[in-house]
Amino acid sequence: MTLEEKRAWIRLIVSVAAYGAYAFVVLSQTGDHPLAEVPYAAALLWSVGAAILATIVIEIVVGALNPRASLLKDERDREIGRLGDHVGQAFVVIGAVAAMLMAIADWERFWIANVIYVCFVLSSILGNVAKVLVYRRSLPQW
Amino acid sequence: MVKPTRVTNRIRALRFAHDEMTQAELAERISVTRQTVIAIEQGRYSPSLEMAFQIAHVFKVPLDEVFQYPDSQEETK
Repeated sequence: MTLEEKRAWIRLIVSVAAYGAYAFVVLSQTGDHPLAEVPYAAALLWSVGAAILATIVIEIVVGALNPRASLLKDERDREIGRLGDHVGQAFVVIGAVAAMLMAIADWERFWIANVIYVCFVLSSILGNVAKVLVYRRSLPQW
Repeated sequence: MVKPTRVTNRIRALRFAHDEMTQAELAERISVTRQTVIAIEQGRYSPSLEMAFQIAHVFKVPLDEVFQYPDSQEETK
């Protein structure tokens, strides 16, 4: 497995775990309140921050555990990286447009923040799933 | 439309003809990962023209002795 494939796996797992933890924390605070009234900002910021930090730390640890593994990134890695980013980018746009329309329609901030976050997470998940699949199979010829 | 690559290659045969060169040795000679050499050999990845020439240079053969592309006229027969 190349370094870039390992990175795709790490980012995929961390994205799912971070969003799962965030969703658990927010949903566990619901009680009798409507969902939009649950305090979410701290959990969201911690979730994003922890995901970034965890990705960096895990990549360093994986690198340290395999000191002889190649650190090379070649043209196939770059092509697969571009394809994954392209796949994931659609969800960033969908999230931005959805947030814009929700703000115009005067939705509560809870929903706007969460639709942006869920689209970032979907972008990361789908982008990294695409990378892993292409590493395992073949780069599509368009 | 996603299509499988139609480029075939003789890299495996050429490696064995060159003192049983390993995939890792070929990868090192052309500065790519061993996984990329494996993907090319298995027809899962079509290399760039530049990488294709580098591979041909390693084996000291013309490009079309390494890579082949089916003639579209042959396919329609």
